[in-house]
Amino acid sequence: MSDLRELYQELIIDHSKRPRNFRALEAADCKSEGYNPLCGDKVTVFLELEHDRVKNVSFQGSGCAISTASASVMTESVKGKTVAEAEALFDVFHNLVTGKPPATDKTPELGKLAVFSGVSEFPARVKCATLAWHTLHAALQGKRETVSTE
Amino acid sequence: MNSATEMLAATSQPMRHRAFDVWSIREDFPILKRQVHGKPLVYLDNAATSQKPQVVIDTLQRYYAEENANIHRGAYYLSEKATQAYEDARVKVQHFLHAPSEREIIFTRNVSEAINLVVHSYGRKFLKAGDEIIISAMEHHSNIVPWQILCEEKGTLLRVVPINDAGEFLLDEFEKLLNPRTKLVAVTHVSNALGTILPVRQVIDMAHHRHIPVLIDGAQAVPHFQVDVQELDCEFYGFSGHKLYGPTGIGILYGKAELLEAMPPYQGGGDMIRSVTFEKTIYAPIPSKFEAGTPHIEGGIGLGAAIDYLDGIGMEMINAYEQELLAYAMKAVGAIPGVRIFGTAREKAGVISFSLEGVHPHDIATILDQEGIAIRTGHHCAQPVMERFGVPAMARASLAFYNTREEIDALVAGISKVKEVFG
Repeated sequence: MSDLRELYQELIIDHSKRPRNFRALEAADCKSEGYNPLCGDKVTVFLELEHDRVKNVSFQGSGCAISTASASVMTESVKGKTVAEAEALFDVFHNLVTGKPPATDKTPELGKLAVFSGVSEFPARVKCATLAWHTLHAALQGKRETVSTE
Repeated sequence: MNSATEMLAATSQPMRHRAFDVWSIREDFPILKRQVHGKPLVYLDNAATSQKPQVVIDTLQRYYAEENANIHRGAYYLSEKATQAYEDARVKVQHFLHAPSEREIIFTRNVSEAINLVVHSYGRKFLKAGDEIIISAMEHHSNIVPWQILCEEKGTLLRVVPINDAGEFLLDEFEKLLNPRTKLVAVTHVSNALGTILPVRQVIDMAHHRHIPVLIDGAQAVPHFQVDVQELDCEFYGFSGHKLYGPTGIGILYGKAELLEAMPPYQGGGDMIRSVTFEKTIYAPIPSKFEAGTPHIEGGIGLGAAIDYLDGIGMEMINAYEQELLAYAMKAVGAIPGVRIFGTAREKAGVISFSLEGVHPHDIATILDQEGIAIRTGHHCAQPVMERFGVPAMARASLAFYNTREEIDALVAGISKVKEVFG
């Protein structure tokens, strides 16, 4: 049970039940779709950029608790960040959930994202935690095709 | 299928086999003794693959330790031994399916390859643009995609028989789809996602009335009950060895001899020829014609050992026990508040697919795994079934005859734990 509580922390359960920024964005400059065929999770990330900065970000879709909470916390974390900062945050987050040590040089603060550290003990769930981030990355790159975790 | 009560009555009749004792049967499967995350393994993913009895494991070991040689070629002791063991396994499969001749038993990699063989050999030769192939709405992708490949290549058309909310095949809808352009019917015997047993006997009768050949995907059927291809009278019947307590990488296609003889080879290579010159090659007779190259020898022999093992217990006993366990599981899981069961056909085998309100199946599986319980989640390679029920995924517990009521109780307790985590 202790491992499970590590994975399903209260903040994750909360965000999975009441996802933040869970809506379509009318003013979106770009959007991208992500799909995890293993569990059928689908996510669409909407991005509104102002110059080089994420002015607004939202998501829609259906997925497990981990993928929904991850998408929700992600939108909170990258709002207001520059494109480069958002990409750097994805790198740090990816290291966190795959159990890799954080890079020693100046890395961005994880903040709330730290609650996903338990994912590293559950390799089968890494794709759930990173689906929204891969989709965000694609949106930032201006790609419009569906991103697959496979 | 008989009703559960009839089958239970059947078990009380004198049998040639020992009485069914699940606890002594569990002793035959070494993996069932292991723990996962500190808890006894509760293996409920049998529709994906089954565990192997010690006798199958020993057979593979003995083959490599004592009998290994290539088959059908060496004029020496070991090759003759290996050839004999492989061909004996073919005869065991023949008897298991009650096929008229061992010539009608083709070794493949799995049921997917069995279906692909029919698509590429029979389909390419005998089907043409505008011809229609009927499948059901609850096929595994392996009985959808090969036909779609043919449709793209030849311009044949796929027609799909719908199912009702219980997950039952609609015979009257099937009847409506039958027409002069229908040239093949290919349906599953048991749905891997819903457990529904299809009325294949009637399907075959109705198709034959119009002289349409029928292929049955038996992957989820043969592990659960006796199948008699002569009684069914289907043209083709396929299954996978690894779901039948045998090794992975070995499967079976049964086909009626007159059809197999009229069909061109599926793959070319060694072992499938009678003579080769650069001008002309004469193919070997069936079944060799369809078995190019050195086959999965130990796989075939291991499958034969699995069939012997099942014969020793008796498929009637297995079916009766599993039906009783399924009824217990359906009731126990169905009684949990918030659980929705998918697939409530009157006639079903070993599968309980479900969802839990407010919890995604993937989260259910992770939490159950921590309890040592292995279930499958996702689309079960049957995305059209997910679409039919309007869900992205399902959780699925699937049974084998080594599962117990205690394991079902563990599943129920595990689902309570899921609810606890999600408050």
